Parts: sequence; C-alpha cells; structure tokens
Amino acid sequence: MIAYLIRRILYAIPILIGVNLLTFSLFFVVNTADDMARMQLGMKRVTPEAIEKWKQQHGYDKPLLFNAHAEGVRKISDTIFFQKSARMFAFDFGSSNDGRNVAREIQTRMMPSLAIALPTFLIGLLIYITFALLMTLFRATALDMLGVSLCVLLMSISGLFYIIGGQFVASKLWHWVPISGYASGMDSIKFVLLPVLIGVMGSIGASSRWYRTIFLEEIGKDYVRTARAKGLSELRVLFRHVLKNAMIPILTGVVVVIPLLFMGSLLTESFFGIPGLGSYTIDAINAQDFGVVRAMVFLGSVLYIAGLVLTDISYTIVDPRVRLQ
Amino acid sequence: MPVILWTDAMIYLLLATVVAAALWIRKRPHLALPWQRVAKSSVGMVSLLLLSLFVLVGLIDTMHYRVALPEKSNGQTVYSVEVLSVFDAFAQGIKSRTEKTYSAPLAAYLYAKESMETLEGKIRRDYPRLRYGGAHLADPQRELLGDVLKRTGIGALEGLLIGVLLIVVSNMLFHFFVKLRAVWSSTGLEISKDNWISTFTRAMKNKPLRALLITALLIAMLLGITVNLAAVYHVLGTDKVGQDVLYLALKSIRTGLVIGTVTTLVMLPFALLFGIAAGYLRGWVDDAIQYLYTVLSSIPSVLLIAAAVLMMQVYIEMHPEWFETSAARADLRLLFLCLILGVTSWTGLCRLLRGETLKLRELEYIQAAQAFGVSSSRILTRHIVPNVMHIVLIAVVMDFSSLVLAEAVLSYVGVGVDPSTMSFGTLINSARLEMGREPMVWWTLAAAFGFMLVLVLAANLFADAVRDAFDPRLNRA
Repeated sequence: MIAYLIRRILYAIPILIGVNLLTFSLFFVVNTADDMARMQLGMKRVTPEAIEKWKQQHGYDKPLLFNAHAEGVRKISDTIFFQKSARMFAFDFGSSNDGRNVAREIQTRMMPSLAIALPTFLIGLLIYITFALLMTLFRATALDMLGVSLCVLLMSISGLFYIIGGQFVASKLWHWVPISGYASGMDSIKFVLLPVLIGVMGSIGASSRWYRTIFLEEIGKDYVRTARAKGLSELRVLFRHVLKNAMIPILTGVVVVIPLLFMGSLLTESFFGIPGLGSYTIDAINAQDFGVVRAMVFLGSVLYIAGLVLTDISYTIVDPRVRLQ
Repeated sequence: MPVILWTDAMIYLLLATVVAAALWIRKRPHLALPWQRVAKSSVGMVSLLLLSLFVLVGLIDTMHYRVALPEKSNGQTVYSVEVLSVFDAFAQGIKSRTEKTYSAPLAAYLYAKESMETLEGKIRRDYPRLRYGGAHLADPQRELLGDVLKRTGIGALEGLLIGVLLIVVSNMLFHFFVKLRAVWSSTGLEISKDNWISTFTRAMKNKPLRALLITALLIAMLLGITVNLAAVYHVLGTDKVGQDVLYLALKSIRTGLVIGTVTTLVMLPFALLFGIAAGYLRGWVDDAIQYLYTVLSSIPSVLLIAAAVLMMQVYIEMHPEWFETSAARADLRLLFLCLILGVTSWTGLCRLLRGETLKLRELEYIQAAQAFGVSSSRILTRHIVPNVMHIVLIAVVMDFSSLVLAEAVLSYVGVGVDPSTMSFGTLINSARLEMGREPMVWWTLAAAFGFMLVLVLAANLFADAVRDAFDPRLNRA
C-alpha cells in the first residue's frame, strides 16, 4: 500500500507538470506580457514606459523560457517560466496584483470556504442517499415516479435560481438570516445556514437520481435475491446489503470532491459575501489578476489528484477484495 | 446584405449533419428502430415538440443580415453596422417599442414616479403612462383588467382555431398521401376505404400522438394569447432601459442553443478520435491520451474556462481591427466560449468511449475481422464506431441541458458570453440586483429562469427518452 501510494504520488508529478505547462502557455504564449500590462493599465494611460514599469513591478520583464543574458543556473531560473510557474511546485504562488502574498491569502481564506463546503457536502450526501434509497424502496410505484419527476424538475432549475430565490425568501421576506456576510467562530452559524441549505438544494435532483440508478443496478443482482429468499425484510436488504455493495460506485464520485471542498464554491461564496477561496477566485477573475487565477488552477489540480488517490484508498476500506499494489 | 457569422456557419453545418443523419437512418431499419421507440414515448414526443419550437426561434434568429442604408458613398451601397436577424424583423413590433425604464408585465404605467404637469399647470409626482404598453386605453385603472381578459380570451380562441385548422389540414394531407401511395404502388395494396375522419380517429388511438396533439393545441393557444397581448402590452414587462423582456428572452434562446450544440460539435471529434484510438490501439497511444485527459480533467473546469476566457478576452481586445461589426466580435467570443467548453468537456465522453472500445475489441466479431486481415482503420470505422454511437448520442443529449445551465453561471462569473450578447446568463446577471428594489422588479429574472426552465426541462425529458430507447442494458420484450 505504501509503495502504491508513493507510485501514485510520483505519477502525479508529470500531470502537475502538464497542468503547469498548459497554464503557462495559456497565460504567456497566447498573450504576451505586454498585452497583459496594457489590459491592466487600461487603454488610455498606455505608454511604453508605463508598460515596462508594470512588467518590472510584477516580474514579467524576463524572457519566457531561457535567459541568455544571465549566467549559470540563472539562465534557467531568471525567466518567467521559472519564476511564475515552476515555483508553484513549492506552493510559492508569488503575489497578487495588489502586492499581497497569494499563499498566505489562500491559507486564511480556506477556513470560511470549508465552513460552507463541508456541511453542504455531508448533509447533502446524507439527504441524497436517503432520498435515493426511499425511491428505490418504492420503485416502480407512483411514489417513485413522483420522486423521479421531482428530481428531473429540480435539476432543470438553474443553480442561480436557488441562490437568488433562497436569499430573497429567507433573508428579505422572512428575515431569518442576514443576506450576506461572514463572521468567525460561533457567530458564523447564522451566515453559514442559508448557503449550506441552498447548496444542498442545488444538486438534490441530479444527485438523488444518480444514486437511485446506482441502487437500481445493484438491486437486480443475485445476492439481493438470495437475501430476500432468506426472508430478510426489504428495508434490511436495502440498508444492509444494497447500500454496502453500492459503496464502490458511490465513492467513485464522492471521494474525488472531498479535497476540492477547500476550494469552496464560486457562486455561493460570491453571492453570500463569504471571504473564502471561491470568492477570491471570482474577484481575481473580475479584476483580471492572472497570478491568482494561475495559483488557483494549480491548487485545484493538486487537490483533484489528491482526491483520486483518496478514492483508491477508500476502495480498500469498503471492499476488502481491492488490494493496492 | 446577408451576414454569416461564425456561429451561424456552425449552426448550418450542424443542421446539415442532422438532416443527413436523419436521411441515412430512415433507410436503415436497424438504426431507425431505437428512434421509433423514442416516437412511442409520449414524454419524449412532447418534449421534442417544445424543443423544436425553441430550435425554430433559434434558427430564425440565426439568419443574419445587414440593412442597406439609403445614402450611398462613391456609388457603393453602405450597410448599417447593426447586424439584424430575420427574427428581429418578425419581432420588429416588440423590439422597437421601448419604454423609458422598468415597467411591470401588462402594465400601463411606468415603474418609477415622475414629475408631471397636470392640466391645471401644477407639478404632480405620479406614475406616468407608458409610451406603448396599454396606450390604447383611455383609463387604464378601470379598463386594463377587462381589456387583458378580453385579449386573452380572443387570443386563446384564435390560437385554438388556428391549431385545429392546422391539425385538420395536416391530417387531410396525410390521408391524401396515404391514398396516393396506395394508388401508385400497384403491389396489390388494397385502397383503403376510410375517409379522412376515420384516418384521424385511428391516429388518435396512438397515445403519443394524442399527447402531442393536446400539447400542440395548448401551445397554439398560448401563442395566440401572447401575440394578442404583445401587440399592445409588454407581456413580460420591460427592463432597465425599457426594452421588452419578452424580446430579450426570445433572443436569448439562440445563445443557449448555440452553447448547447456547437460545444458538442467541437467536442465530438476529440472525444471520438482519442477515445477510440486509446481503446483500440492501446500501448503508448493509450498512455499519451490518458495523460492528456488526466491533465485536462484535473484542472477544475470553471477555472480552466475562466483562464482561457480571460486570455481570449485580452486577445480579442488587442485585435479590434478583425471585426467589422460589434456583433461579429460578440459572436467570435461566443464561438470561443463554445470551443473552450468543448475542450474542457471532451474528457468525460473520451473516457467512456475508451472503456467501451476496450470491451468491444475483445469481442468475437472484431477478432474475426482481424483474423480476416481487415485493416485497423476499416475495423474502426465499420465495426467500432457504429457500435459506440449510442453512447455518443446519449452523452450529447445529456450534455445539452447542463451546458445551457452552465452558460448562465459562467456569464454570472464574468467569463461567459459577451455582455452585448443576449443570453439567459446576461439577463439574469443584469437583473440580479433588481430584487433589492422596492417594489421589487421580479419579471426579468422570472422570464429568464422561466424560459431556461422550459428549455432545460424539455431537453432533460427528451434526453431521458433517448437514453431509454438506446441503452442496450435495458431489457425490452
């Protein structure tokens, strides 16, 4: 298992290099640093001197890949690629356009993101699976039909609607919770409540239907018939046998997203004014702060790969037949 | 002067492909069979009808042109910089009737109070009358409700009449053709003795057809009502600058459709080529392709899209000389968005296809073909591709609705379509803050979400019908 993990982590390196190269070419080859400077400075104040100054301030005044003017190792290291992209492997994300350290910003903003994303994830999982099991229990009846139709209807509604509608009803109409904002500690509960609720609502349709198909696939198998033949009640069959055996397909989709919870949700955070990583990203996108966007892309792919490794490990926990080697 | 924007060309290409595929399938019973199963599903047919209405609006909105200006320079005709579509010409009425600012649906008064001079010369603050909405009424406070009800009734009746008329005519035409074919084909086909009424009653025994007919009548009534009301009111109100929301919502349909379909068109070649190549050739090709899609899918898609769109924005911004009109610029951005969405979304389908090809290549008929010495390329095109097509089709119809929904989110994040392009996303984005007003301005949001819901719901239901018909895992008698 340890050997497997080491191999998986080694395998992650070429992928991260690929991600790095991709973002690098996207950000620096498609557009030159001059274009970026011009975009940042606005079209009016553009003079060659201003552009040079901006580039110097933000460290874009170096050659892309190879610095012929420098000496020794600095031929490679004193380049945009090394300074801006390769250093991300050491989680050194540089600074944003307003001069703040991106890595520190990410650290402080992780907690609020997690405070929303983690409860959403856990409560959501519980509700979706329960709902799906109920539909499976009443399969091929009018109740099941109703449930599936409800799911299709819910998944056809835009996520934006849940947020805007939820904010309107809960905050403006009923004054339950503040519309937006965030506080640390115990005070955060009243700010977290609505985003979590809406987050759970937002994917109830698609997720429940997805779990339902997984359960329905399991329920046609032989071991279920055997369990029923033994005289077990349908509820027991569902919760003890089907749920356990459906764990593998469920985990495949679920574990991958656990590390990504740190990244927060773009939409929810920006609508509710939560100072997490999601709103950080959106602000960076709107301000065209490419350094931050690059850092988030890299962080996102690191977390995704971590999720893939976690998925493999989780298989061994729920299914003793799976051995990692 | 007709203008063909990039996305227009893509849509025409797509349309041609669909028509060609339909003709190809029609002649081949084994391919037509699953489609016949779709035709037997009431839900599938009703959602298809709704979808085709949306597509119709989208297609009319795709035929773009530029109006020739009356004055000429050096003997050459000068064209207006504004790119219009045939749909704009149809909707000229509701497009040109702009008010000053917000007004509620079916209102006769403006949303905001204004200072007005009364007949006696006094200044009074009150809600002014709309320039167009309900302008024919002398005293809206008293007459409005009656007039709206009257028009609704007349509209429904007209719609119903036209719907019934259309159904009768198409039934008669169908009946006529059946007779004609029986007469022409001298294969001993007995010339049926039933008249067109019995043709109709027999058709009505077909449940999907019945459902289709009822829906069509309902839609006809709805259209009749809308047309009747839209002639003198703003059916869905007006937005901040007084544009009719109904017009904006209808224009948004095309953008949604383009995002949903052109993205697929972009993604398909990648997914098919790479997925099948990886599964069939294995070895280093498989490794390389797996590496490629792991890299792409390891980046959270929103971030990749955001990064790519930001870069494209800079790129377009730096080359203003490329575009003759602002519409061409907005259109290129839309196309780029589709490209980027396509590039980020092919990985899922690619993985599915790779798995399926891995499974297929071990089957006896492929091995038999290999033993006969059939070349790899021929095996791929003749034996593998047709047998993974159902996966492709299911994925395509399933993706459509999620893409339409994604567009709204992306536009909100600021990496969606050009702000000047009318889309559900830009509509929602512009109306988002209006909820805070007092009294609330809800109609723009309601219109955008409503239209999107109907479109996505229809697409989802149709996708389900298609999946049920094509999925080989479902056992059928």
